[in-house]
Amino acid sequence: MANRTALTGNDAVAACMRQINPDVVAAYPITPSTDIVQSFAQFVADGLVKTNLVTVESEHSAMSATIGASQAGARSMTATSSQGLALMWEMLYIAASLRLPIVMPVVNRALSGPINIHCDHSDSMGARDSGWIQIYCENAQEVYDNLLQAVRIAEHPDVLLPVMVCQDGFITSHALENLFTEDDEFVRQWVGEYKPDRYLLDVDKPMTIGALDLQDFYFEHKRSQAEAMRNAPAVIAKVAEEFGAKTGRKYGFFEEYKLDDAEIAIVVLNSTAGTARPAVDALRKDGIKAGFLKPRVFRPFPHEMIAQALKHVKVIAVMDRADGFNGIGGPMFFEIRSSLYDLPKRPVVLNYVYGLGGRDVTTNDIKAVYNDLAQVAKTGKHDTLASYLGVRE
Amino acid sequence: MASLKELSRKPDVLAPGHRLCAGCGAAPVVRQILMASDKPVVIANATGCLEVSTTVFPYTAWEAPWMHSAFENAAATISGIEAAYESLKRQGKIDQEINFVAFGGDGGTYDIGLQSLSGAMERGHRIVYVCYDNGAYMNTGIQRSSATPKGADTTTSPAGSVVPGKPMPRKDLTSIMVAHGIPYVAQVSASHWNDLVTKAKKAFDCGGPAFINALASCNRGWRHLPEDSIAIARLGVETCYWPLYEVSEGKVRVTYKPRNKKPLVEFLKAQGRFRHLFTPENEHIIEEMQAEVDKKWEGLLKKSEELA
Repeated sequence: MANRTALTGNDAVAACMRQINPDVVAAYPITPSTDIVQSFAQFVADGLVKTNLVTVESEHSAMSATIGASQAGARSMTATSSQGLALMWEMLYIAASLRLPIVMPVVNRALSGPINIHCDHSDSMGARDSGWIQIYCENAQEVYDNLLQAVRIAEHPDVLLPVMVCQDGFITSHALENLFTEDDEFVRQWVGEYKPDRYLLDVDKPMTIGALDLQDFYFEHKRSQAEAMRNAPAVIAKVAEEFGAKTGRKYGFFEEYKLDDAEIAIVVLNSTAGTARPAVDALRKDGIKAGFLKPRVFRPFPHEMIAQALKHVKVIAVMDRADGFNGIGGPMFFEIRSSLYDLPKRPVVLNYVYGLGGRDVTTNDIKAVYNDLAQVAKTGKHDTLASYLGVRE
Repeated sequence: MASLKELSRKPDVLAPGHRLCAGCGAAPVVRQILMASDKPVVIANATGCLEVSTTVFPYTAWEAPWMHSAFENAAATISGIEAAYESLKRQGKIDQEINFVAFGGDGGTYDIGLQSLSGAMERGHRIVYVCYDNGAYMNTGIQRSSATPKGADTTTSPAGSVVPGKPMPRKDLTSIMVAHGIPYVAQVSASHWNDLVTKAKKAFDCGGPAFINALASCNRGWRHLPEDSIAIARLGVETCYWPLYEVSEGKVRVTYKPRNKKPLVEFLKAQGRFRHLFTPENEHIIEEMQAEVDKKWEGLLKKSEELA
């Protein structure tokens, strides 16, 4: 039975982790994800979980110890943000290649430099090709629900890949929101007991993990890792279907908001989708056919489904809360634009880099983007492919 | 303490057929350490010679569960494995008694892995961390590390016409580990197998984190014949360059006191990496090194409560 409660994004994570009750959590504090570990440490101190909490000396060791624990046969989690994720970088790839079902909440924060503690997506976007499944969340409800689903996705035998569940630093992580949580018993059954087929602590069946893998086999191993990511969409869909049937809360690979008949649309991740909603509603009142697409699953990237969802739109703006520093635009821009390449009639696809380092983005800012798109739809002309929103030039 | 005969009958955890160089000092250290465990072991290994030479896929020389993930994190990896064990044991999901051991070279321990080692030791995991110290990054081709002795010629501290090898003395990691106040710290050499195995057993049985620093020759880097590895390690001990001692629950004990302490030159002249020091203009470096060895040895004897 669902319980209505009010939690911050971070506490929604901590509450969910208490219910998942992992065997091991190895973590290190970093703003804005610190609350997760703090709240969870209190659960450990109060004996509410069976978890062995390892308070490591760095994020590199957080991921290393989580990898060790997961390989040993324990359900293992950690959480981080920004520089912490950056320090884990080396180990992210290793976690994925060892096919360890680690679930990691990521609270998105700008990467240094200059140092900044506020939200953008440069941290997790930089890790998009590390072999992790990435799920993005608009609000605390999605954080809670996606975390529950992430455990099932990660541990599915057809997948066995680590999963990041991303939410916006401060905007979501520190804002108190109403949400529904499930009973402890529901979660206990939902995640089930973790029973890996092979694990390092099985001393009767010794195995060598992390061997030197040279020209003869490395490629085959990377190929099978890539296949696991290709297997993931079917599992993600199945888990979402079961979750929807049991909780009434439905999830797809992305959310379409008034997109069916939209002529202009934006593609936007996380909390800014919440900002875009009233903008779309206002435009619709004025008779403007605006909509948006909010990706939920960014890795694996559902390119065909996205193409189908956007094929009828005339002009699209991809909103990137991270710059690509490639001389063109942000990372999501290229992925969306590439997804649409095979359409017989391709929409115009523009890019806006916005909100870096926590720069506020308002409904009016989003409206301004739609106004630009409406203009392009009308004239068929646009000055620049990629531009910045809300920056002093 | 088991006799050598008994120990030789124990099944090897590191099986023959691995690809470590002939004469490599790491292999006997690893074998002697693992002989001391009377429980099954689970091993974490830092990136390095030992890792690359024992696990070229699809082969492995390891008869026990073994894991490598990266260079700087063997201590963090083994602490995660031990944390998993403690959690599963507490939940009644595992009942076997297991010892946990990590191996790293001096690069992976003194340098890039120092932070994760320090963290793991402070957290009190029941792990034994063993450094096989050959005094340079041998796996990548003999580059200097903070364990490289003063004066040594390495590929990144080469002896040239102006700079005579590494200018600064080595880091005293064993003392740094002692300062952590962990239950057991020891320095060992494979040349003194009885001492090594005894200490390894104490480390496994100490109930908390233990650190063992093992002198391990690399004949490629030290430049000597492969068959001389153990003899040169013994010279390291006999000259007091590498004192054998332990610190157990804070009590310092020198476990081997050479009857006649040999001059350091005997250790140095046996190795090509110090050859350039034997010239009139560089002799002062040997004198400085000898003075450093004497000072440390005297200091250690003063601290030692009970002489062997």
